[in-house]
Amino acid sequence: MLEAENLECIRGERRLFHGVGFRLEAGELLFLQGRNGAGKTSLLRMLCGLSLPESGEIRWKGEPIRKLSDDFRSDLCYLGHLNAIKEELTPLENLLSSARLAGETLSDDDALDALEQVGLLGREDLACRYLSQGQKRRVALARLVPERRPLWILDEPFVALDVNAVAWLAGLIGAHLQRGGLAVMTTHQPVDIPAGQIRELRLGA
Amino acid sequence: MLQIVSYTIARDLRLALRRPADLVSVLFFFIIVASLFPLGVGPEADLLRQLAPGVLWVGALLATMLSLPRLFADDHRDGTLEQLALSPNPLGLMVLGKVIAHWLVSGLPLALLAPVLGLQFDLPADALWVLTFSILLGTPALSGIGAIGAGLTLGLRGGGVLLSLLVLPLYIPVLIFGAGAVDATVSGLGPGAHLSLLAALTIGGVAFAPWAAAAALKIALE
Repeated sequence: MLEAENLECIRGERRLFHGVGFRLEAGELLFLQGRNGAGKTSLLRMLCGLSLPESGEIRWKGEPIRKLSDDFRSDLCYLGHLNAIKEELTPLENLLSSARLAGETLSDDDALDALEQVGLLGREDLACRYLSQGQKRRVALARLVPERRPLWILDEPFVALDVNAVAWLAGLIGAHLQRGGLAVMTTHQPVDIPAGQIRELRLGA
Repeated sequence: MLQIVSYTIARDLRLALRRPADLVSVLFFFIIVASLFPLGVGPEADLLRQLAPGVLWVGALLATMLSLPRLFADDHRDGTLEQLALSPNPLGLMVLGKVIAHWLVSGLPLALLAPVLGLQFDLPADALWVLTFSILLGTPALSGIGAIGAGLTLGLRGGGVLLSLLVLPLYIPVLIFGAGAVDATVSGLGPGAHLSLLAALTIGGVAFAPWAAAAALKIALE
């Protein structure tokens, strides 16, 4: 479903990577590995269509993502290393608003259920600025709970999470793969994803 | 389509109201600039009446510009802008929503404040009406054009100065026709022609600027 072919990335004067390619089918997870500065985030942003590869092509369901634009974006859920939550809004408002802006509808009950899963029930009416780093990350991750779009692109999703939350998120990603979803993610810590076929890609090796 | 515009407006308004200091600082800037002039120039009614349109319009224009850098900067910093760009909704429409919300918290209150400040310049009643109306009509163009500048300078160091350099020349027509409308009223010519041109600038600014700004944002995100 998701194919990348011969991707090349140049940042400034430096070539970060070239000749990168992979194929990912439904139910598969791609673990992106590499040292700091190897271009993991750059590759993820390319896969989202946020930046253009210097050369090479990315295809979704056989079509180049440049051509698909809207259709591709409605299949894609991207979680960057920035949380994309508003400090002034409460966790509940953040969830509802990011769903609305992504063109989806989320009921209050579903949003509260997602917050319960990330352990923030009881704090849903507190402005996010009063939450800790880990809790803010959980608000960002709560987006994934009701998420049914097939392609997840996650940049360091496990950062700032405690052991329980890491296990919970691994389970969530596993369930997504079992539903036939795809995921591409980077991480520096070893994590066991309970289900799905796992592929690895090492950058800068 | 309209839904996403109105939702973006509602979201930005809610964020602005949770952070009232930004809104208040824009209004205070306008009040201070407009109040310093009569104090500095002295109490000559004729001179003040002549200065009023220009001073009030320049004040409103600079106050609008003061709030521009924040139009996209917060969304950029916390990653929301990436999510907006990846949304299946057209980015241009969401930028349009943000421009309208920006006008509602800057242009609209400035216009409502203008007649009160105009009293300090001894403007006659009909000129005060035209002043309010011209600011009401012209500030959407300022927000729209400003959005392009804010998009182009997003994430640059010293972007604020660059933003003024980019945007101020484009603001000149709005300033000329806006202040001209009030001038024409004071001199008895009638503001019709100026206001029509101002309306044309605003229609152009609000209709086309969001798409240009959206293109600028996509470049800034790369």
